[in-house]
Amino acid sequence: MRKLRGSLITVATWVIALLFFFPVAWMVFTSFKTENAAAAIPPTIFTPLSFDQYAAVFDRGMASYLLNSLMASVGSTLIVLLLAIPGAYALSVRPIKRIQDVLFFFISTRFLPAAASIIPVFFILKTLGALDNINAMILLYAAMNLPIAIWMMRSFFSEVPTEIIEAAQIDGANLRTEMTRVVLPILLPGIAAVALICFIFSWNEYFLATLLTTFDARTTPPFLASFVDGRGQFLAVLSAASTLAVMPVVVAGWLAQKQLVRGLAMGAVK
Amino acid sequence: MSTITSPTSGLAGPANPTPPRARDKESISLAGKRKARQARGLVMPALFFSIALTQIPFLVTIYFSFLDWNQLRPNEIKFTGLSNYVTVFTGSEFFSSLVATVTITGSAVILSLLFGLLFAVLLDRKFFGQGVVRTLMITPFLIMPAAAALIWKWSMLDANVGMVNVGLKLIGLPPVAWNTDFPALTIIILLTWQYTPFMMLILLAGLQSQSREVLEAASVDGAGPWRTFQWMTLPHLRQYIEIAVLLGGIMLLQVFDPIAIMTKGTGGTKTLSYLLYERAFIGLDIGQAAAFGVVTVIITIVVATIALRTLFRVFMEGGTR
Repeated sequence: MRKLRGSLITVATWVIALLFFFPVAWMVFTSFKTENAAAAIPPTIFTPLSFDQYAAVFDRGMASYLLNSLMASVGSTLIVLLLAIPGAYALSVRPIKRIQDVLFFFISTRFLPAAASIIPVFFILKTLGALDNINAMILLYAAMNLPIAIWMMRSFFSEVPTEIIEAAQIDGANLRTEMTRVVLPILLPGIAAVALICFIFSWNEYFLATLLTTFDARTTPPFLASFVDGRGQFLAVLSAASTLAVMPVVVAGWLAQKQLVRGLAMGAVK
Repeated sequence: MSTITSPTSGLAGPANPTPPRARDKESISLAGKRKARQARGLVMPALFFSIALTQIPFLVTIYFSFLDWNQLRPNEIKFTGLSNYVTVFTGSEFFSSLVATVTITGSAVILSLLFGLLFAVLLDRKFFGQGVVRTLMITPFLIMPAAAALIWKWSMLDANVGMVNVGLKLIGLPPVAWNTDFPALTIIILLTWQYTPFMMLILLAGLQSQSREVLEAASVDGAGPWRTFQWMTLPHLRQYIEIAVLLGGIMLLQVFDPIAIMTKGTGGTKTLSYLLYERAFIGLDIGQAAAFGVVTVIITIVVATIALRTLFRVFMEGGTR
């Protein structure tokens, strides 16, 4: 009886999970259909599959938008790591006054809605001639992700045993060797987690991208909407473009689930 | 895939290994002073970068909010004092937008929390394919919001070819014109779908940090699963629920993408962030948009301060390391 109830719950869990996942699965499935098959009602299950939609997506220049997304995400993530690692180190291991104030400040900038700064940012970039410029996007995304990165890094630093650092200091290691030889190797998994979260947030960002880029620096999220047009069918080609757009983050997230949880909760949950 | 299975203490302790006060006293020594200077040097770049790119633009936004500045008349910028704020608070748009924001954020937070709790409880047991199920369940949160909005609007909720109506027909229900008749609901459905995994992951970490022995003792003492859940698990989960609600709420409060893509602010979905966008980039009224921005920030700050207090309390209680 107990066993039966257990397997019933298992079956129910599977059904719920599959239903919940259905939109994603359907998106991938639709991306391999022809437009006519994609719009058929009742929906076609047994239909010849093709890669035509993917060819169409690249014909519309998706490669350059994906490349822009990649540059914005990787570039901003590198800047964030460069600033966050020493910053978090100082905030957790080194003596510094008013740690809480500084931390509070950093995290409050993350909670400041983009609405707070978008108008001046737009005009500043316009004046500098830096609208539709990928470097501007890299800097903005770095600023957007820096607070989370500092909080996450700090939580990873706090796990480095103090004894190790003190031992290094007694050995006469100066700051740089202390960082590169002792602390960094212990932190590598944490750094990977921070990089993943920053990459995800930049890759998926839509608000700034849609307002501050037009063509040269356009990233993937605002580009996706261009597949919706009044002229004819677009479900299959939209699905193909969306599948390509979500793939990097979904795969990375699947592979790093544990780091993802900690990052999302800003280190509050281990 | 082994993920959040480590039954650790759950909450990360405060970062600095010794109490800050003791360290401050130490730092009176010369070496300590040098170290403190070094530490400041390490934080400064990040601090400066953050201030330059977020705080200064916000100050400029406040300045803009006192200007009568419409992009249609770019040569007639003049100082108007508080009149933009008067327009914000006397016009009907701000309050209906506030209602839309609260309705959408509130419903999405509550629904995703409930589903997240259900999913977390279902996942917190050993069963066949546990790892695969968890992977399937977290996926919606990883999906790019723009793609999710497009897929839901056209592939799932479309009145003619949407799969939701196909599903309704299978169980004998009439089709629903989701996008035209229930725009606010479509946004809530999408956001719930995207944020349920977020809530689930945090709550699952909470469930897995429960002490097995206590639960077993309760079951030996004859407490049923429901009573155990109500009296032991829920209280234990409280702080995880708080973190999930606060962080999720703050992210949802700023949500923009699905509204821009799915409804364009129609049908009770014009949230504050969308209203500001519309004023500035469609209406071209910079002064008024800036005033909306400032008010939005104040509201967010109120919510965020409460959130941060909680977060800090959790951090400080959390660990004794």
